Amino acid sequence: MVTVRLKVNGVAHEGRCEPRKLLVDFIREDLGLTGTHVGCEHGICGACTIMFNGEAARSCIMLAVQADGAELGTVEGLMRDGKLHPLQEAFREHHGLQCGFCTPGMLITALDLLRTNPSPSDREIREGISAVLCRCTGYQGIVNAVRAAAPILASGR
Amino acid sequence: MSEARWIGKSVKRVEDARLLTGRGTYIDDHPPVANVCHAAIVRSPLPHAAIRGYDLSAALALEGVVGAITGADVARHTKPFSVGVTAPIHYYCAATDRVRFVGEPVAVVVAKNRYVAEDAADLVRVDYGPLPVVVDPERALDTTAPVLHEAVGSNLAGNRRLVYGEPDRAFREADVVLTERFSFPKYGSTPIETYGVIARWDPIDGVCTVWSNFMGPFIMHPLTARVLGLAENKLRFIVPTDIGGSFGIKSSIYPYIALIALAAMRLSVPVKWIEDRREHLLASSSGTDRVAYRELAARKDGTILGMRFKWLDNVGGYIRSPEPGCSFRPTGNFVGPYRFQHLEVDASVVMTNKSLTGPNRGYACGHLYFETEGMMDRLADRLGLDPAEVRRKNLVQPDQFPYRTPSGGLYDSGDYPAVLERALQLARYDELRREQAKARATGRYVGIGLALAVDPSVSNMGYVATALDPQFRAKPEYLPKSGAVDAATIKIDPLGRVIAILGTTPQGQGHQTVVSQIVADELGLAPQDVTVVDEMDTFTRVWSISSGTYSSRFGSVGTSAVALAARKLKAKLVEYGAHLMELPVASLEFRDGAVRPRSGKGPSYSIKDLAGRAHWNTESLPEGMEPALQATAVFGFTVAKAVDAQDRVNSSNTYGFIAEVMAVEVDPETAAIQILRYVTVHDAGTIINPMIAEGQIYGGALHGLGGALYEELAYDEHGQFLTGTFMDYLVPTASEAPQIDIAHIVSPSPLTPLGSKGLGESSSMTVPAVIANAVSDALAPLGIWINELPMTPSKLWTAMARACRSHAKSEGQR
Repeated sequence: MVTVRLKVNGVAHEGRCEPRKLLVDFIREDLGLTGTHVGCEHGICGACTIMFNGEAARSCIMLAVQADGAELGTVEGLMRDGKLHPLQEAFREHHGLQCGFCTPGMLITALDLLRTNPSPSDREIREGISAVLCRCTGYQGIVNAVRAAAPILASGR
Repeated sequence: MSEARWIGKSVKRVEDARLLTGRGTYIDDHPPVANVCHAAIVRSPLPHAAIRGYDLSAALALEGVVGAITGADVARHTKPFSVGVTAPIHYYCAATDRVRFVGEPVAVVVAKNRYVAEDAADLVRVDYGPLPVVVDPERALDTTAPVLHEAVGSNLAGNRRLVYGEPDRAFREADVVLTERFSFPKYGSTPIETYGVIARWDPIDGVCTVWSNFMGPFIMHPLTARVLGLAENKLRFIVPTDIGGSFGIKSSIYPYIALIALAAMRLSVPVKWIEDRREHLLASSSGTDRVAYRELAARKDGTILGMRFKWLDNVGGYIRSPEPGCSFRPTGNFVGPYRFQHLEVDASVVMTNKSLTGPNRGYACGHLYFETEGMMDRLADRLGLDPAEVRRKNLVQPDQFPYRTPSGGLYDSGDYPAVLERALQLARYDELRREQAKARATGRYVGIGLALAVDPSVSNMGYVATALDPQFRAKPEYLPKSGAVDAATIKIDPLGRVIAILGTTPQGQGHQTVVSQIVADELGLAPQDVTVVDEMDTFTRVWSISSGTYSSRFGSVGTSAVALAARKLKAKLVEYGAHLMELPVASLEFRDGAVRPRSGKGPSYSIKDLAGRAHWNTESLPEGMEPALQATAVFGFTVAKAVDAQDRVNSSNTYGFIAEVMAVEVDPETAAIQILRYVTVHDAGTIINPMIAEGQIYGGALHGLGGALYEELAYDEHGQFLTGTFMDYLVPTASEAPQIDIAHIVSPSPLTPLGSKGLGESSSMTVPAVIANAVSDALAPLGIWINELPMTPSKLWTAMARACRSHAKSEGQR
């Protein structure tokens, strides 16, 4: 067993786990943050995407020990002062989710896209979120939501 | 209804806030019981083999392992599942003496955590005696093919020849007869949340409680109880509020419910199993791969006289209920939107060494319309007619509703020509044709496809019996089957707050939102004033055999139950108000959330007022009125009748309509298909929430596109599975998703209180047809007709290269 110390959504955590434990399992089981989902465990579907030291990363193909000392962001940390984040608000407004299972990974991925490209074209949005598979929405609602959120986030910067 | 303030509005979803903030409650999120142990399933690496023995010693010796069960325990302690055919096929929840596909469960190891369980699963030794393999459904029917189930004697699980009208005469009298072979791939809608089951056995009460993301139909509950040797009221199914997508696939989780429940019962610990993606692709469920032979008889003016379908549906190593729905689910709408009266269907259900099949979005209709609409274009081509014209000529007309199809379907309402014309107009069809002509002149491969579909919603359980011979169904001991029901309860609490309770299992369709809209309209409230509880529990909810969320049923039958419950409750409030006001019931009405005199004069009683009095002072109730302000309604369709002696059955209850136009361009160098325009027009009756309806159409279309272009659960000729990851099984991403122009025409259903029909499967059933037709049209200069999906670039490129070569050759000979 090894000790893992890390910050998630600004809060310090410490846990002990086997060296082989996946980061996503550590987040869900040891930290109790079940908003991050497991969809494929081989790094393709993107449901498990989190912020890892400020960049989007797949927590299903990382080990918890790799996150020792890291700062993580998960979907649970997006709300501010009891209000939905503008991107969450846009997803609700534009029907960017149905079953909601890919949504946490989709939100984090879209935030990462908007961080690096604050005013993406539709094509760039599609390419940016193509790292996450959604089987419900046909992606249109998600594209509309990201497009609508982009200027709001850009102006808040 | 008082007035429609909320129905028809794109009300934002109440589900979203929790799902957007990571607070959903999916099966893997919250262990409902303490000390849960974790299961890993040992699966067959071979497609066909005898099981000669198991060695569990190394697995059981591993620290942290609680125990294991094998097929031997399954054989000893469970019964096989009943299957939908009479052939002696013994389908258990795991392999007992023989494995019949790669990935078939053979044992379950239970340990303190999943990591250890998987370590131990690797240590289980199974002694296999390999057997010869067959994966192709046509080859499987050869007399020389290896037989999977010796008791059956062949790989034919069932065959029905259904004859409606006089097809032989139609073909004799035809000016034109067309024949074609089609093949449809095996694909599954692969929800991003996989299967999950948690089982707890209480040996004192003798109750087994199972939490799972099962979506129904709940006919599988009594079947599973029988398999486990439990009374129905000793097996409790609970479904969490949130399911991470399903698209029909999670209806086939029930064998795993039995398997994990058995592990919990044998090992006396609560057991949790979450399927991983590899397991899902390997062995969850998919639609069937089908080989179809189609014949069409027509007059030279384009009037269709009759059709013949010959199908070989590949259900894999066993037949798992509700198969062979792959053949019979669309019985009532076999003819689609067309008027022809003569039809022969020869449906064979074939077993091969592939994984098992079941409902997948558009269940059997993607196959049906891919073939039928392909034949329509071939007819147009043969007669030199426009594809739109040949369809127009054959459509059921608006004055023919309700329309009885030759195979027993009862189309409740519609205006098919209007929907087609709207689609053509939205697509600017004539202009598209002109642009196509120009593009062709410059050597570009631009094509336009059409597809029409009758979109069936709310399966009538009775269709399943079409798989059985009429002689079998005529036996006195045979119990006919029919029905399509849903239930809802609405209650008003002491301070006047309203809660609606459902027994549905939504997987992203937004039932809570839709129900809050309906109840708000019925009771004069705002949607946010209505709390909707949606967590199926077979011990507490009112449910029946057909309950569940599948076959596009909620928009039709579920919403009807909600509306009826609200109306029952409203009638009670009026009766109570009349008693308090000492006025006749007829002089009162329920309007804007209160019981009021119709005259508008005098006092009114609000819901809150009535609730307070009714709860706190039961003496105030009229004599004979049941206390408590609640109403439960069970809505059932009276048009859901058992299959008749001529194999006619109204296989669904409400029938929508879809017309689509798609324009594509095929790249001559890479064979890549670019969608230039895609228009889809739907008639699903009253639309309750247009935003949600549109979301269903987008999602359905992309499922159809996946099956048409990318997705195939592929096997090699030795039965080895080739697409076990999302790197091999290609799911469309946002970059592949097309822009869609959506429009609606509304023909309310006369059968539902709100006039609504289902829409959930929607364009999943038309896209394979429309894009295949568009690509065929694009490649018409090369003489290529698409008759096989998926149209992968390599397949298409090969066909184009071959056509170019033979074209060049014939040019040279000239």
